[in-house]
Amino acid sequence: MADSVDMTKGLPSHPERATLDGKNKFLGFWVFLGGETIMFATFFGTYLGLMSGTADGPTSSDIFSLPLVFIMTMILLTSSLTSVLAMFAMKKNNFKGLMVWMWVTVLLGASFLGLEIYEFYEYYHYGLGYTTSAFASSFYTLVGLHGAHVLFGLGWITTLLIRYRSAGITLTNAPKFYVASLYWHFIDVIWVFIFTVVYLMGVGG
Amino acid sequence: MADNYANTADKSVLWDWLTTVDHKKIAIMYLIAGTLFFVKAGVMALFMRIQLMRPEMEFITGQTFNELITMHGTIMLFLAATPLIFAFMNFAVPLQIGARDVAFPFVNALGFWIFFFGGLLLSVSWFFGGGPDAGWTSYVPLASREHGGLGIDFYVLGLQVSGIGTLVSGINFIVTIINMRAPGMTMMRLPLFVWTTLVVSILIVFAFTPLAAGLALLMLDRIFGGQFFIPGMDGNVVLWQHIFWIFGHPEVYILVLPAFGIISEVIPAFSRKRLFGYSAMVFATLVIAFLGFMVWVHHMFTVGIGPVANSIFAIATMAIAVPTGIKIFNWLFTMWGGKLTFNTAMLCASSFVPTFVLGGVTGVMLAMAPVDHLYHDTYFVVAHFHYIIIGGIVLGLFAALFYWYPKMFGHKLNEALGKWMFWLFYIGFHLTFFVQHILGLIGMQRRIYTYLEGQGMATMNMISTIGTFIMAFAVVLLVFNVVYSAYKSERITERDPWDARTLEWATNTPVPEYNFAQTPQVRSLDPWFYEKVHGDGTMKPAEPLDDIHMPNGSILPFMIGLGLFIGGFGFIMMNMENPIVPPLLVVILGAVLTFGSMGLRSIKEDHGYNIPLERIKKIEKEAS
Repeated sequence: MADSVDMTKGLPSHPERATLDGKNKFLGFWVFLGGETIMFATFFGTYLGLMSGTADGPTSSDIFSLPLVFIMTMILLTSSLTSVLAMFAMKKNNFKGLMVWMWVTVLLGASFLGLEIYEFYEYYHYGLGYTTSAFASSFYTLVGLHGAHVLFGLGWITTLLIRYRSAGITLTNAPKFYVASLYWHFIDVIWVFIFTVVYLMGVGG
Repeated sequence: MADNYANTADKSVLWDWLTTVDHKKIAIMYLIAGTLFFVKAGVMALFMRIQLMRPEMEFITGQTFNELITMHGTIMLFLAATPLIFAFMNFAVPLQIGARDVAFPFVNALGFWIFFFGGLLLSVSWFFGGGPDAGWTSYVPLASREHGGLGIDFYVLGLQVSGIGTLVSGINFIVTIINMRAPGMTMMRLPLFVWTTLVVSILIVFAFTPLAAGLALLMLDRIFGGQFFIPGMDGNVVLWQHIFWIFGHPEVYILVLPAFGIISEVIPAFSRKRLFGYSAMVFATLVIAFLGFMVWVHHMFTVGIGPVANSIFAIATMAIAVPTGIKIFNWLFTMWGGKLTFNTAMLCASSFVPTFVLGGVTGVMLAMAPVDHLYHDTYFVVAHFHYIIIGGIVLGLFAALFYWYPKMFGHKLNEALGKWMFWLFYIGFHLTFFVQHILGLIGMQRRIYTYLEGQGMATMNMISTIGTFIMAFAVVLLVFNVVYSAYKSERITERDPWDARTLEWATNTPVPEYNFAQTPQVRSLDPWFYEKVHGDGTMKPAEPLDDIHMPNGSILPFMIGLGLFIGGFGFIMMNMENPIVPPLLVVILGAVLTFGSMGLRSIKEDHGYNIPLERIKKIEKEAS
């Protein structure tokens, strides 16, 4: 039923959506991302409501350093691009390309996460603890939740890469890689909003 | 492709139910769990009514009363009504769309176990110094770290966990309904119950995620010293109210729309007519869902948000009466001129209509922002939402239970006992809640554990308490009916004991684990009725008879749920005076269990098994 795909001429052009299982994963994950969007929207709303509540602690324009955030943004955007290249490779049945581009994505994501930890460390030493003010709590929660998503994504993609290191592209693992790359794009889009709402508004607005 | 043949019949009973991914078995587990929570919260309501029976009673203390109102509301909404509705969704939706199972059978089991362990986490609060006591809305600052006790931590973590379960189930239903429909089952041929399930699942995805965010904020405040809701640190208490009601109002529709769906199945079946105004019903469901997200501030009219905002939300609230009215008239016109059969299911379904109208009318009264300042936090509000929840949702659930029971369990519930149950429940319900409108209007405050003599409230409170006992007796009668029917009721082997209209009645009774030996070809709205009238009384197959591919059972959903329970408990332990084990260790253990199981699921490819053709032929031959 679900697996009755004609494979005599090689992999179909959309291996991630060729089976019913793949179609279900594809749609289900989009719906899940819809829910995640609303959850992040709630945290964004909380941040917008509380960003001026600094309770005599450091304010956003005191601490934010745009050059560092700019580098982080570039790294994450590039990692999104490399995951697209991985998906192109997958559709051309180029397994090696898929693996290489996905590993590059993981490396870029890890370096983003490292910079974020460094950033938080700096802010903490500047006097912005988690409990300092409502602004501090909402900032760390919003950006930290994004960081937790990056961490989860890294763990997920790494698991897939190790599990399927020599499996080739199959109708079973193609949806898994595709969905993971969707998740990665989502993380990237959230960061674009964080960059705008948190950092640009924090420094300029 | 794994073809090793591992039928569920080869497993022990306990292991089979712990590992099952069959939507019909998960439905029964939801039904049992939901009933247990329903009875528990019902007993709490009895205790509260005994306390309010006479002025200045000392049956329970004010503190206990606070814990009871909180747990009654929380359990009834999250752990009784929601799973009971999920029970019928799980059972009926795949059958009604002609599918073999839901889109993600594994996730279906996961949703159940996470919900179950979340409910358990909330419930164990009684053993650790008392339940949550800040009301089911858990407003800050009453629930913040300065004023709320350990019970609130159980509320926050318990709901967080069970909410995840509800969310994944919602995603599953959306994908099932969009991707798994049988050939010919177009969107505008879906039974109304499937439509409401789809719409409600969308509401769940967009409403339970703000709740998850809000609960996370409250947890961070209470356990990790966040400052979101602490005014002294520039936090904001109204923020919680907004987030809670952005979830909380759609939650009402999450519960009541499936009841609308059930009524729209039962009334046509026992009126022997097709549903009047099918497309208007679908449209009204969508409009109600959309408007349901636009009205949350009507819970906050007295907060002082301002006349402009209050007016906008008041008008949006009143607008919901329009699509709801469309639905009411469609049900009436469905019954109009039909050949009515008043069995228990139909009694519950048809009496739903006037009761729900009463609840709706008081809703429009409450929507008027200026007078809401008078109604706010009085028993008028309590009466209003119980007319919606009991008169709407519970009657709908009873109708569903009596209607689908033969398909689920292979025998009908006893009709005589059922009718007694219905009349006692109906009379008891109106006795309990009708007087509460008047109590509210003469100024009785909700959530307060007693009242004084000589204020004209004593008689009506007594009437209300008597009504509660009648209702409770009716529920006992229902439980008795279930046991009695299990032993005495005649076994049913025919497919269609009600001579009904939709696809679930085209399956064998009891339903085989693969549901349909051949996926049916749908040719019309009410496909089963169409084949009975225009065809030969059987569904036309859409595929040849062949091996059927089924998913394997798995213990991992249970383990993931258990991990979340342990992890959540670990977080709560961080607020305990002297935890025996280091809390962080418990959290890590829970995380390892949950994420380890998820990793295992990702690493291990599970292709399911095939039921061989000979066995299907044998099962089908025995059933017919």
